[in-house]
Amino acid sequence: MKRREFVGLTGLATGALFLPAIPGLSATPVDPLRLLETVDPAIKKRLADAALNAAKAAGATYADVRIGRYLNQSIFTREKQVQNIASGESYGAGIRVIANGTWGFASTNTVTEAGMAKAAQLAVQIAKANAKVQKDQVKLAPQNGYGEVSWKTPIEKNSFEVPVKEKVELLLAANAKALDNGASFVNSSLFQINEQKYFASTDGSYIDQDIHRIWPTFSATAIDRSTGKFRTREALSAPMGLGYEYLTPKAADRINGPAGTGLVGYRNSYDILEDAALAAKQAKEKLTAKSVTPGKYDLVLDPNHLGLTIHESIGHATELDRVLGYEANYAGTSFATLEWKAKNAPYGSKLVNIVADKTQPGSLGAVGYDDEGVKTGQWDIIKEGKLVDYQKTRDQAHIVGQDHSDGCCYAQSWQDVQFQRMANISLKPGTSQMSVDDMVKGVDKGIYIAGRGSFSIDQQRYNFQFGGTVFYAIEKGKIAGMLEDVAYQANTQEFWNSCNAICDQSDYRLFGSFFDGKGQPSQVSAVSHGSSTTRFNGVNVINTARKV
Amino acid sequence: MAILSKDEAQAILKKVLSFATADECEATLTGETGGNVRSARNSISTSGAVDNVSLGVEARFGKRSGVATCNEFDDATLRRCVQRAEEIARLAPESPEYMPFLGAQQYVAAPKSYAASTAGITPDYRAQQVGASMKICDEKKLSSAAFLNDGASFIAKRNSKGLEAYQQLTNLEFSITVRTPDGTGSGYATADYNDSGKFDAAALTRVAADKAAMSRNAKALEPGKYTVILEPAALVANTDASLLQALMSAMDARSADEGRSFLSKKGGGNKKGEKLFDERVTIYSDPTNPEIASLSFSGDGRPQKKTTWIEKGVVKNLYSSRFWAQKAGIPDLPRPDGWVMEGGTQSVQDMIKGTAKGILVTRLWYIRPVDPQTLLYTGLTRDGTFYIENGRIKHPVKNFRFNESPIIMLNNLEAIGKPVRVGGNLVPPLKIRDFTFTSLSDAV
Repeated sequence: MKRREFVGLTGLATGALFLPAIPGLSATPVDPLRLLETVDPAIKKRLADAALNAAKAAGATYADVRIGRYLNQSIFTREKQVQNIASGESYGAGIRVIANGTWGFASTNTVTEAGMAKAAQLAVQIAKANAKVQKDQVKLAPQNGYGEVSWKTPIEKNSFEVPVKEKVELLLAANAKALDNGASFVNSSLFQINEQKYFASTDGSYIDQDIHRIWPTFSATAIDRSTGKFRTREALSAPMGLGYEYLTPKAADRINGPAGTGLVGYRNSYDILEDAALAAKQAKEKLTAKSVTPGKYDLVLDPNHLGLTIHESIGHATELDRVLGYEANYAGTSFATLEWKAKNAPYGSKLVNIVADKTQPGSLGAVGYDDEGVKTGQWDIIKEGKLVDYQKTRDQAHIVGQDHSDGCCYAQSWQDVQFQRMANISLKPGTSQMSVDDMVKGVDKGIYIAGRGSFSIDQQRYNFQFGGTVFYAIEKGKIAGMLEDVAYQANTQEFWNSCNAICDQSDYRLFGSFFDGKGQPSQVSAVSHGSSTTRFNGVNVINTARKV
Repeated sequence: MAILSKDEAQAILKKVLSFATADECEATLTGETGGNVRSARNSISTSGAVDNVSLGVEARFGKRSGVATCNEFDDATLRRCVQRAEEIARLAPESPEYMPFLGAQQYVAAPKSYAASTAGITPDYRAQQVGASMKICDEKKLSSAAFLNDGASFIAKRNSKGLEAYQQLTNLEFSITVRTPDGTGSGYATADYNDSGKFDAAALTRVAADKAAMSRNAKALEPGKYTVILEPAALVANTDASLLQALMSAMDARSADEGRSFLSKKGGGNKKGEKLFDERVTIYSDPTNPEIASLSFSGDGRPQKKTTWIEKGVVKNLYSSRFWAQKAGIPDLPRPDGWVMEGGTQSVQDMIKGTAKGILVTRLWYIRPVDPQTLLYTGLTRDGTFYIENGRIKHPVKNFRFNESPIIMLNNLEAIGKPVRVGGNLVPPLKIRDFTFTSLSDAV
């Protein structure tokens, strides 16, 4: 496509210098046309070799290079107007080395052979400075080079090829649906990301990858001016590792929530118009919903809610770097230590089977190779309630007696050093046929929760508190009206041991997070969590209402 | 070329503006250089270097705006960058919230925002500081995880309406968590500076190490309402959300006027002028404060001036965009860079001495909003939580989860201590009665 044609088709093209900083979207504004450009892998190979050779000449025993072109476009609207359209590009290279047994890292946006060589030399200089106070030498799991290979997210429609005008019209149509159905305010947005990543290492790999992600979302707010009360209902979309096809609804991807809620869950495609209309009605309904009576309840948790609970209480708890103490100063450690695992204590009930997967189609974490050149795969984390493995990178495998990485290394951009990040961590669906209505029928006193809400967990992943987007009382096997002021508190092991029913595969969906933070300097990564609707018995629910 | 002088930066910006044909044009040049070292298990885990200069150009035709950027500074590249911004502007829709660029402004002189000592930090310096910290923990048979991050930066702006701005800044931040080898004790310390001459990693390490040793074998207390002494690092964090930053972030005029803020009034309007906090609560921002030297202008070029946000418990000012300020007929105050909460003269130790029964909190963690209507937040204590009885620390206690609102908290004020710098702000330790802990955490 020629530049003029593209710009003409976009209809709109603007940037924002003063848009609030959005983690993971830190790139410089560019013409949308640039979002369709690519760099020839042959050029990247020549540049990468310049860095690898310079690193070796300076004394590195290992080096890897990531040449990254990170593209994003964010569209923000409110009510009937466009607030902002920001198209961003970030291009540069990060070079990681081991010298004198110690890691060093430097990055540059001067992507020339000379610039790459200079950054490589700086990385070696940093490694050697740090080696003077280093105690443990870096030990990498062996990794054979793959030669020149490539991988691409299997998308049907590149969202950057869709005219901006079309995307704006969709968001404004969603806003109109919300306003027509009683919302006082509505904010909507569409995030699109394309990571063009080239990895090369002294192991002999030259890996070219093209990764796509998309996230349409909104927030509908209802206000009662007479009481001063306001309530919001967020979108029930999930960020996905898909192209623009995610925004073409398909009937087969609609999954009805429990009878009496009107809720709809979405699998691999999303109907933003339908969800916006329902959101406005539910935001209004929340203004008069009954405040929950605190106590023990059986919780029926929708996948769009449960994903966050899985993320916090299992995903992060089983990252080996946390277990070993690398995150102790920031996000914390984990109760699931090597010693705890050796005791073979139950993490959850026998129904709980958790799998890590870097290849799951449609997921945010799906890549062909990680950011240290390891081919990705799938492995068990929890089997029938017992912890059986962790998530690892190359320099950690030997600590747990393994000879290979799990491919869990990732950096948010070329200018950040790669380190261990979470794989897609998912709960396997139940093996017996069970719909969400079947599950609700078995609950005498409970609460059904859908959507993400407030979330907080301690630094060793024991005590957590979660809210949600919408809450419905369940009484004697039936949905019995909307609740508000609901949050549940639990201990991770008690909670997962109270899991006593999981719906089958037909209810399975992905939840996702675009901005999972970790590390110092803090970086974000995107990850998905799959599950079917799941029940937990006897969980402590608190009432969060206050007067100020 | 990461840190350009004022003359060097403005020379580039003048050239950029000379290439412009748009109705209005504004150019912003930013640069940074610095590095970091992260350690864990008394060993360095990662480190990195940062070095970048970038130019952003915003061109406007009427109410249409376009932005382009570049990071090369030859004439041809600069000219292309301006042309691209203008091309995008011609295609853009009109902004319903358009505001013309600001003209020439008077900025206060922000003293000491740049220190040559910090700008001159080398990889060897970082390794030495972190090495000294790790050595202390090795000797005490404790395990540390720490992060040292430093950098120098500049920002320069110029536009076709006559606005001209320039400032250099430096910053160094260090934080450390020290744990006992049996996993039953953990302590924390953090500090940040413009001038690295004040930095001593070893001294901060000893504070965290002492807390770790003191916090071993914590006892469980029942959750409930307690008198707490919140250290400054528990009130403001540069690693996570925090209760006082949450309060400051909610001081936005537009959301209050629109009815979706704790500052919204029943029937419409906002609560500016109302007394919402204890009368000892005064919070202001002042870019000339030498202890927290910060930017003297905002992102859109508005001057940062001394501004009182809360005075003797009364909401005095709300910040807003220029568009909303004009629409609502209110002063167009930008959101401050850093702020000062006035306090007394007491240290944390003095406050402990004056406490019959209470809980000392070193740090709060994973703080997330529960209800924006009441500004209710949840989170947990961490890395040094102690029971105080009769003016002394009696024993460590297990960590708690709290559910509390900074509005309620600042109405339950018992005492305010001496402010110290945390995350670029001056924050006093606070003694609060009836702070709500809702459950216990086994985490150390």
